[in-house]
Amino acid sequence: MKKIVSDIYKNRIWLLMVLPGTIWLLLFSYLPMFGQVLAFKKFRIDPDGFFASVMHSEWVGWENFKYLFSTNDALVITRNTILYNLVFIVLGLVAAVATAILLSELVNKRLSKVYQTGMLFPHFISWVIGSYFVFTFLSSDRGLLNNVLGWFHIDAVSWYSEPQYWPYIIIFMSIWKGVGYGSIVYLASIVGIDRTYYEAAMIDGASKWKQIKHVTLPMLKPLMIILTIMNIGRIFNSDFGLFYQVPRDSGALYPVTNVIDTFVYRGLMTLGDIGMSTAAGLYQSAVGFILVMITNYIVRKVDNESALF
Amino acid sequence: MPNDLNQTQVSVVASQPLDQLKRGGAKIKRKKTRDYHELHPVVNTIFSVLLGIFTIMCVFPFIYVIIISLTSEESIVRNGFQIIPAEWSTDAYRYLWNVKDQLLGSYGVTILITVVGTVISVLMISFYAYAISRPQFKYRRFFTFLAFFTMLFSGGLVPTYIVVTQFLGLKNTIWALILPLVMNAFYIIIMRTFFMKSVSESILESARIDGASEWRIFFQIVFPLSLPGIATIALFSTLGYWNDWFTALLYIDDPKLVPLQALLMKIEANLEFMKQNVDVGLMQQSLFDTLPQDSAKMAMVVIATLPIAVSYPFFQKYFISGLTIGGVKE
Repeated sequence: MKKIVSDIYKNRIWLLMVLPGTIWLLLFSYLPMFGQVLAFKKFRIDPDGFFASVMHSEWVGWENFKYLFSTNDALVITRNTILYNLVFIVLGLVAAVATAILLSELVNKRLSKVYQTGMLFPHFISWVIGSYFVFTFLSSDRGLLNNVLGWFHIDAVSWYSEPQYWPYIIIFMSIWKGVGYGSIVYLASIVGIDRTYYEAAMIDGASKWKQIKHVTLPMLKPLMIILTIMNIGRIFNSDFGLFYQVPRDSGALYPVTNVIDTFVYRGLMTLGDIGMSTAAGLYQSAVGFILVMITNYIVRKVDNESALF
Repeated sequence: MPNDLNQTQVSVVASQPLDQLKRGGAKIKRKKTRDYHELHPVVNTIFSVLLGIFTIMCVFPFIYVIIISLTSEESIVRNGFQIIPAEWSTDAYRYLWNVKDQLLGSYGVTILITVVGTVISVLMISFYAYAISRPQFKYRRFFTFLAFFTMLFSGGLVPTYIVVTQFLGLKNTIWALILPLVMNAFYIIIMRTFFMKSVSESILESARIDGASEWRIFFQIVFPLSLPGIATIALFSTLGYWNDWFTALLYIDDPKLVPLQALLMKIEANLEFMKQNVDVGLMQQSLFDTLPQDSAKMAMVVIATLPIAVSYPFFQKYFISGLTIGGVKE
């Protein structure tokens, strides 16, 4: 006991430094984790405050989950979330790495810098602004796309009520916003590759393509693996703004734009169904957690150096 | 031309070991003299054009929005959003000037939360990350795990919402826009790695021998040494606050506390509402007529985006250097 007290005293400065952060983590991360228990309860506000509300709410077991999975929604949101994320992970990786390699190989370095700056622009804006950008193209009566279709005497499309186009629009927008950032991450890594590898490859007669295939890509592999694991761990999460702002919360598009995050949000704010939304959120957190653990375990078996932890 | 080829071969001969001469030489013969580190000019041109098209796709929407904001409402109604409008006009901006109270209010809220939030965020993250980066700190593993675990498992939206609104009672307060975004486990781990790499124990040891307190060491030695890392966190944080609309969507109803991005969402809803009710009365009809609908929206988008659009090319450098700070590995 004495030892613990003296240890705490010896570490008092460090403990003081982590104190504000710890309080924040407890309030904004760990308390909500405890609140996940509401997924098994029927939430009722208790006048004695937050803890009383959580503790005194009636225990309903798996009722909320049963309700969630009895509807078609659970299937649709899970499918949408996973499929979109898979496409984002694969296309995002290919696009980012390809763009980074092209940027690094351009002869005119000034041009390459200008391109980097331009491509990074979408990363710095919010999806609210992004949704206006999309609107200028897709507005059914004023948008550029319908104007252009008009020149070719093709009937105007009311984009915001036709779900069949939206998977492509969503994927395009995700790539549009992400490539600049993604490619700069890889570019920074390419710049750091020792030039002597390329010189050695050239002396061996390797063409540019072979240099990329046998030097650049293998050197980028650890980074690609780390970023991909992190993305797989987040495969159950999605960019809320992309699925809520960009389709302008259009009900007609829900079948292809509703993901777990938007579902939980609407469950909370529109329906006010706390039990079911919490259940959906817990489902998201729990599966996400298991996925990170599994992917990290596999990566550690295959290539220990690339594992996240 | 033959002369050129000869020169190339000579230089190749000089730089290559003999046994590889045949292979290398045969390849090189087909090409003209140029730097072999570079792409073939034709390929280079194709790539430059491809990347150029993508770059234009990235910035064009913003330019397009600026053009629309400068188009007269009549022209928009008649011709839609044109790349070169039939009639230019600054009505949209004049209209926004008339309703500037709400706009300036929202600008103020955004600036306030961005500045206060970034300062709190940087201090809290760097204190936490510095402490867990020091080998003297006995409980560093525990506190590292405490932060790291929140990256793996999250509390979810609904419990967080209930905690913030009912336990902390932050609904419709300025703190609801600041506090939820203050910390982020990912930044803590990045900064921890940065402190480990950039602040060597020997410098701190000599300061300790000279009798400096840990706080003094932190602010006078560690902080300046880690400026690139701290600048990066500050930048991420600033952008996070400036672009935030989600916390406002959850926690803010009071028009006085609506930040810029959220105002843009609301303006949308308000204008839609007015449009739907346009037949209700003559009063509203006339109001609707004087309102430069689409161009005003786009002018607001321009006003909200311009500060970022003009400043990011300058801070981009720090942003990139921050990305290379290092892995997030344990």
